[in-house]
Amino acid sequence: MTNTDTNDGFVVFDRVQKSYDGETLVVKDLNLAIGRGEFLTMLGPSGSGKTTCLMMLAGFETATHGDILLGGTPINNIPPHKRGIGMVFQNYALFPHMTVAENLAFPLEVRGLGKSERETKIKRALEMVQMGDFGNRRPAQLSGGQQQRIALARALVFEPELVLMDEPLGALDKQLREHMQFEITRLAHELGITTVYVTHDQTEALTMSDRVAVFDDGRIQQLDPPDVLYEEPKNSFVAQFIGENNTLVGEVVEMKPGDLCVVRLDDGEVIDAKAVNVHEVGQRTKVSIRPERVEYNKERIPEGAHTLHAEVLEFIYMGDIFRTRLKVAGNDEFIIKTRNAPDQVRLKPGQKIEIGWLPQDCRALDA
Amino acid sequence: MSALPAYASPVQRVWYYAFRVIVGLIFFFLIAPILVIIPLSFNAEDFFTYTPGMLALDPEAYSLKHYRDFFSNSDWQQAMWNSLAIAPSATVLSVGLGTLAAIGLSQSHVPFRRAIMAILISPMIVPLIISAAGMYFFYSRVGLQGTYVGVVLAHAALGIPFVIITVTATLVGFDRSLTRAAANLGADPVRTFFKVQMPLILPGVISGGLFAFITSFDEVVVVLFVGSASQKTLPWQMFIGLREQISPTILAVATLLVAISILLLATVELLRRRSERLRGITPQ
Repeated sequence: MTNTDTNDGFVVFDRVQKSYDGETLVVKDLNLAIGRGEFLTMLGPSGSGKTTCLMMLAGFETATHGDILLGGTPINNIPPHKRGIGMVFQNYALFPHMTVAENLAFPLEVRGLGKSERETKIKRALEMVQMGDFGNRRPAQLSGGQQQRIALARALVFEPELVLMDEPLGALDKQLREHMQFEITRLAHELGITTVYVTHDQTEALTMSDRVAVFDDGRIQQLDPPDVLYEEPKNSFVAQFIGENNTLVGEVVEMKPGDLCVVRLDDGEVIDAKAVNVHEVGQRTKVSIRPERVEYNKERIPEGAHTLHAEVLEFIYMGDIFRTRLKVAGNDEFIIKTRNAPDQVRLKPGQKIEIGWLPQDCRALDA
Repeated sequence: MSALPAYASPVQRVWYYAFRVIVGLIFFFLIAPILVIIPLSFNAEDFFTYTPGMLALDPEAYSLKHYRDFFSNSDWQQAMWNSLAIAPSATVLSVGLGTLAAIGLSQSHVPFRRAIMAILISPMIVPLIISAAGMYFFYSRVGLQGTYVGVVLAHAALGIPFVIITVTATLVGFDRSLTRAAANLGADPVRTFFKVQMPLILPGVISGGLFAFITSFDEVVVVLFVGSASQKTLPWQMFIGLREQISPTILAVATLLVAISILLLATVELLRRRSERLRGITPQ
């Protein structure tokens, strides 16, 4: 469902800046085009500007500079109640004095729909979130997960083309959260609505989205589909923020054709890496390797690759995987993950091993 | 307070009972003056004391004649109708203005909100006689002294602080994301106010309105200054009556006022609980 037609986006942020106090910019020069029907997640640590972007889109905050376009028209001067954008709030924001059905009827009454039409739409929306029998309950009589579903149904019942979600699953327990992640993506794709989803949970971002925009310091650090984001982070912030990551610090000593380079780590050992945003010999670099891409089985390490000496510090049995903590090149927080297969070697603390990896899995990033 | 635990020390035991005695005395102190006048109002004689016949529970010693006097005497009747006209008008005015003020002052972007709040609440803090004297001079100058409008405005000014305080307290618990949700769902600010915000702060508005009503209904000082004989309210008439002709009719009126106050308080409290239950805040 990925819509790569970004030149002609349904939602466009054009050089948007936002400052609350007139001095510091919370959002710095945001340019983003979201395609029709796309599920885009804004991911980032708190204070990175992602929620501010969502609030500007909903109309609750105004952009200090730049334009926000919806379907080609600038919406900066349109008040929130005329934007016709659905939204699921972090705390659900269900009206406590109304029943579930009345909550859902609210946006329809505002739009002047007749009684029978309202009832059909409410029924359909409730069935969509599997809450068909709960129309007469009040929000306080529902569990967190049920309230979440109602909030979703209310955001969808008036059939908006764009739905915003502000950390909607934050208050749910793990199992329910995973279930709702699936439900929300299924609904969004079935109904073909454009979704902008804000979260600080990277698993949520990876599993749900067509594309993820990683925010930090008021800027988008990387905007890519989940697999690209995880496997090919463009800078060390993204590498650190998405998934688990091992970092080794060193200096580029040789640039090779095919975007490869050789890095001398601070303790003198030399490794091969893919040059991502390092360009010249002598540059400081942080080398990033995913824990599951590290190999210690000699037969699997490619011919001629540089290997490193490692000492096993800790071995944790996690059921489906083994998680082993190593001391590598002075870094004693180096993690490797291996699948629990019948022929898998279980390492023991104190054991000395040699580790290696494919050069393209080891990315030399900015320091 | 729960039952005394088995491990209580002698001091705790003494305090356990002493506490109850003190609480009982406080209640007695508060309620006794009110309770005493109720039997007296049924006195068959024109006295303010319990007659030997009353103490002997002789039916002959009791009568409804003071109540009859209240309902037939034109002075009392005029006072009653004045009170019944002035108090509700002042209440409506207080509730309307006080609620708006509380909502306005709860917005963080309003400049000088603390100062404005202090000024609006000042009638509650400033000694009543000072407010009354000030209003007297001001209202005489603008021609409001001795008019119904003047008395209603003066009472509204006294009632507004109660409304502001109760509504502000309710607004603290009001979730701002609800107004955002309403806007997001397409409701303009006016609709959002009446459909979302107002129903949720209603308990506070009702309590504030009740206080404003009682304030006006019981108020004597301001009405003495601002009103004239044709705006006399029940408290005004009682005050004058005490000075001029000491008649137990005052006791009958007082008993009626107590009954009305209890009735009002009970009704409003029931309504408030119901609406609080409806908005699903208290556990069921």
